[in-house]
Amino acid sequence: MGTGEQRALHGWGRTAPTIATVVTPRTPEEVAAAIAAAGPRGIIARGLGRSYGDPAQNAGGTVLDMTGLGTVHSIDVDSGIVDVDAGVSLDTLMRRALPFGLWIPVLPGTRQVTIGGAIGADIHGKAHHVVGSFGNHVVSMTIVLADGSIHELTPDGPESELFWATVGGMGLTGVVVRARLKLHPVETAYFKVDTEQIDNLDDLMRRQTEDDDRYAESVSWFDAVTTGEHFGRGLLTRANHATLEDLSPKQRKDPLKFDAPQLLTVPDVFPPGMLNRWTGRLFSELWYRKSPTTLGAIQNITQFLHPLDIAGEWNRGYGPHGFLQYQFVVPKDRGDVIRTVLSLVTEAGQVSALNVLKQFGEGNRAPLSFPKPGWTLCLDIPIGPGLGELCDELDRVVLDAGGRHYLAKESRTTPEAIRRGYPRLDEWRKVRAAVDPQGVFASDMARRLELI
Amino acid sequence: MIDAVGNPQSILLLGGTSEIGLATVEAFAGDRPLRVVLAGRPSSRLDDAKTRLEGKGCAVELVDFDAQAFDTHAAVVGKAFAGGDVDVAIVAFGLLGDNEEAWTDAAKAVELAQVNYTAAVSVGVLLGTRLTAQGHGSLVALSSVAGERARRSNFVYGSTKAGLDAFYTGLTEALRPSGVTVTVVRPGFVHTRMTEGLTPAPLSTTPEAVAEVIVHAVRTRTELVWAPAPLRFVMSALRHVPRPIFRRLPV
Ligand SMILES: Cc1cc2nc3c(=O)[nH]c(=O)nc-3n(C[C@H](O)[C@H](O)[C@H](O)COP(=O)(O)OP(=O)(O)OC[C@H]3O[C@@H](n4cnc5c(N)ncnc54)[C@H](O)[C@@H]3O)c2cc1C
Repeated sequence: MGTGEQRALHGWGRTAPTIATVVTPRTPEEVAAAIAAAGPRGIIARGLGRSYGDPAQNAGGTVLDMTGLGTVHSIDVDSGIVDVDAGVSLDTLMRRALPFGLWIPVLPGTRQVTIGGAIGADIHGKAHHVVGSFGNHVVSMTIVLADGSIHELTPDGPESELFWATVGGMGLTGVVVRARLKLHPVETAYFKVDTEQIDNLDDLMRRQTEDDDRYAESVSWFDAVTTGEHFGRGLLTRANHATLEDLSPKQRKDPLKFDAPQLLTVPDVFPPGMLNRWTGRLFSELWYRKSPTTLGAIQNITQFLHPLDIAGEWNRGYGPHGFLQYQFVVPKDRGDVIRTVLSLVTEAGQVSALNVLKQFGEGNRAPLSFPKPGWTLCLDIPIGPGLGELCDELDRVVLDAGGRHYLAKESRTTPEAIRRGYPRLDEWRKVRAAVDPQGVFASDMARRLELI
Repeated sequence: MIDAVGNPQSILLLGGTSEIGLATVEAFAGDRPLRVVLAGRPSSRLDDAKTRLEGKGCAVELVDFDAQAFDTHAAVVGKAFAGGDVDVAIVAFGLLGDNEEAWTDAAKAVELAQVNYTAAVSVGVLLGTRLTAQGHGSLVALSSVAGERARRSNFVYGSTKAGLDAFYTGLTEALRPSGVTVTVVRPGFVHTRMTEGLTPAPLSTTPEAVAEVIVHAVRTRTELVWAPAPLRFVMSALRHVPRPIFRRLPV
């Protein structure tokens, strides 16, 4: 695994880089050795660095590049249980499992995340209202703790507390090296998609409340640039897995075909402020127009789930100062917050080009898991003057409504905001402190938000 | 940690009663309460600064610091980092002195040189080591346009700032691979206690305005700034003015 290399690391938002020693272990024993060798600044696992902020970086300390543990050990077609290393990406797992008719029930907006990162942030997808978050599908996981011991954890076994503290625990309980996941059977790799163009926010939210339960997947995108009566106009896309019968004869010949082209990589040359009110408006207009209302369209995975994956490293398009995502959830009866937040954003003159709104279903047992029943909204804003103040204001609105932030996207809030949003934080801290009394696991996020 | 929009959580101010330094801390604290370490000689002014920052919700710690007591610097910096990471360290202590006295009295000249240059180098080295170890952070050094071209009217002060400026400019390069951003700030004439009674030079400014320049520089990781910003061009021109003319300029 080598002694590591000093490198600047940042998250997907390309903000707040710090320097760490990066080590790439290839076995659980090498993970244990790296933990034992960690200096006073501690150690943290890093997957593919798709978190937006700083949870997978550790200034002055050690960072484990987990992609060195990348084996898919087995796929049991009958039970749907796969046994994989933590550094395997969802993209790889999908390519391996889909030919057997097995589907990863929780898929985020990109497949370029690792199993370890998916557990660490307890990620959710468009199917949350039906299947819950990633941790719900973990049958067992193997974890290396601060003392170097290797444990096998299950959701209901003797160390279930540690299992659930690790789900959503942002890498701060230990290093997950391997996991068994239960996948879902599907007949095809296609979706049967209903897309509805809806010209204002209230109707958009009403439609999602009425009949989301008819769909396995549901999400809406809306426009945060247009003001006036079309304020919050958007696209509601909802889908079910297509069955064989739904496919065209041509598609039926290879129903589990998965091809995910990456057509371009965005070069690292964009000036700051390229995304401004005008380009933002153009983008919003094009996105809205591209998809008129259509019901029952058959779409492949990239079209429906991951349109952004077509362009690799698209985060560079935001220019050198980077950008942040602001994602929160508020309880079901506080849907009004969505409108308030949007108004504040437009009034502040900030441009959020990608706005994703979804209703969550039930949460799980993990004390730091983000999803809980209610509305989740994700905004995407380039770093610029006034953004910090705007986000502070949004924090107040969100927290007063009983909401909270998503740690995988978080990059600028206060420790106090996390304490308020996650009332079970102390419970989680206790479980963590019991297995890592010296605070060996540490990250920039943990320091910034005083998680440990 | 300094977050995605450039908010720090902790600041060390060396020269705990520096008006520019305190204005900078207050400007940062206006957005978010901070953990602040004020390093300076014990005085009622230092206590007042503490009270004022506490009024803004900051947690303030005082550390005794005497710029000329070089052998205590390591301990001072050690204490400042004892409470956790320092996100922004500001080197703001300094003396203006009386130029006529300073260039004719060796003891006075040495005092200016030691406080403004030697002590600044000493803490610069110590801070560099600490910030490298923590893998992140921002180091701000208060230089002066007086160091860009020495003037008859305050060349002793100017020479000390020229030295400081060169040191921290080099340190900027040396620390960059460690993830530490060094910012050299070159203010012009700033209305403070230090300049009270002096005739303001053109483009004179206030501690609050300089603070704003510093805050913006830290947020955007800018390595060299003038305050006010147009001084950059003025100084660039002044550096090339022939001596006989420069001598007669009212600067
Ligand atoms: C375009 C895009 C769209 C996204 N859409 C969604 C979405 O729809 N839903 C959603 O939930 N998220 C979404 N995300 C966020 C992403 O899913 C999470 O940030 C995820 O955690 C990233 O995984 P990673 O492997 O890159 O982990 P990293 O970002 O590298 O790390 C994330 C956290 O997991 C920890 N970790 C990583 N590996 C391990 C391990 N082996 N053991 C223990 N801890 C570990 C790290 O310490 C860190 O705290 C999106 C991100 C992008 C870039």
